[in-house]
Amino acid sequence: MENLINIGIRSIFIDNMIFAYFLGMCSFLAISKKVSTSFGLGLAVVFVLSVTVPINWLIQNYVLNAGALAWLGDDFASVDLNFLQFIVFISVIAAFVQLTEMAVEKLSPALYGTLGIFLPLIAVNCSVLGAALFMVGRPYNLTEATVFGFGSGIGWLLAIVALAGVREKMKYSNVPAPLRGLGITFILVGLMSLGFLSFLGFSM
Amino acid sequence: MSTAVQEVVQEKKSEPLFSKKNKKLLSNPLDIDNPITVQVLGICSALAITSQVKPAIVMSLGLTFVTAFSNLFISMLRNTIPSRIRIIVQLAIVSVWVIMVDQLLKAYVYDMAKLMSVYVGLIITNCIVMGRLEAFAMGNKPWPSFLDGIGNGLGYGVILISMAFVRELFGGGTLFKGLPFEWQVFKSMGIAYQGNGLLLLPAGACILLGIIIWIQRSINGYRESH
Repeated sequence: MENLINIGIRSIFIDNMIFAYFLGMCSFLAISKKVSTSFGLGLAVVFVLSVTVPINWLIQNYVLNAGALAWLGDDFASVDLNFLQFIVFISVIAAFVQLTEMAVEKLSPALYGTLGIFLPLIAVNCSVLGAALFMVGRPYNLTEATVFGFGSGIGWLLAIVALAGVREKMKYSNVPAPLRGLGITFILVGLMSLGFLSFLGFSM
Repeated sequence: MSTAVQEVVQEKKSEPLFSKKNKKLLSNPLDIDNPITVQVLGICSALAITSQVKPAIVMSLGLTFVTAFSNLFISMLRNTIPSRIRIIVQLAIVSVWVIMVDQLLKAYVYDMAKLMSVYVGLIITNCIVMGRLEAFAMGNKPWPSFLDGIGNGLGYGVILISMAFVRELFGGGTLFKGLPFEWQVFKSMGIAYQGNGLLLLPAGACILLGIIIWIQRSINGYRESH
């Protein structure tokens, strides 16, 4: 249990998807102008991450790894499908995002109205594929992988809401014209990331 | 007689391979339509792998290759792809090209492939590729799409390499480390330079990119309304 809490806290603060790895930056920068929309997108990312990471864990460990197909019989024990990793992972993610979109559309049209445009964008949010690839590189079991996916999502949500909060205030500041918009946002993200570096001091 | 006339008409209709419009497709992404600084696409890798010039060059080449060929193939298939499932089709084609780049890197420059770790795989979700497929290749003929892919790859490369240049020079005090013409800039001038660790952090990269955007927009006059 302690181990799980550690992984959760690590993935939210220390290994934050945005401030430590800079994954998922495109939608992070594009959709952080208002707190309310960024919160909706953040929730959707949390949901997609905490479902696709365990699914991809199962696929990696029961299909793709060298010898993982042994449960099909001895003939398959020597098969190594690792070279298919990217295409399988991204298909799982894209398919899942499309399924989520259809389910939300049917079950809760109101939520679909607010999230509508952002939902398909999650398929190309690099933090989703990035988390799946990081998960492969670390010796997690299924529960740990789920916690890692969930934690990474929460970290992303935290980052985008924080940036949106700052950007809402930035509207009233007198920024030099060429720096306005994207330029000042990058400098802000850099400074926020320096702040998050202080979490590195925690030993877990 | 009639065939000759037809040929002339045909010739008038088809434009030269490098017409003015096609040249624009190559040159615009380098400056006023830059994928990173104007379209805000492909930021993640721009921040993550620019601490040295060499990986930045490899990444730009890889991305240019993937964007150009995915654009070409999607453009050839654009009339047959059903729009409901187009994202999966696009991602499948992109990942085929990314797998090729990945396997090539692993086969010929293994240490480079190790250094770039997940970021090669992340070319799949590099928004430049998807963004150009959606914005350009789905609505244009194969040849312009191919050029658009190359142009955007190069525009990405220009920003990537200029960032890597500054970061490696002031962060590590070297230039082109790992390449045959490696240059210990400060050592060769007899200066004991202590590398600036901030520039090697992604945070430093972010601030640097902000400043590059500032300089670029001061020069070309592009403004963003709040």
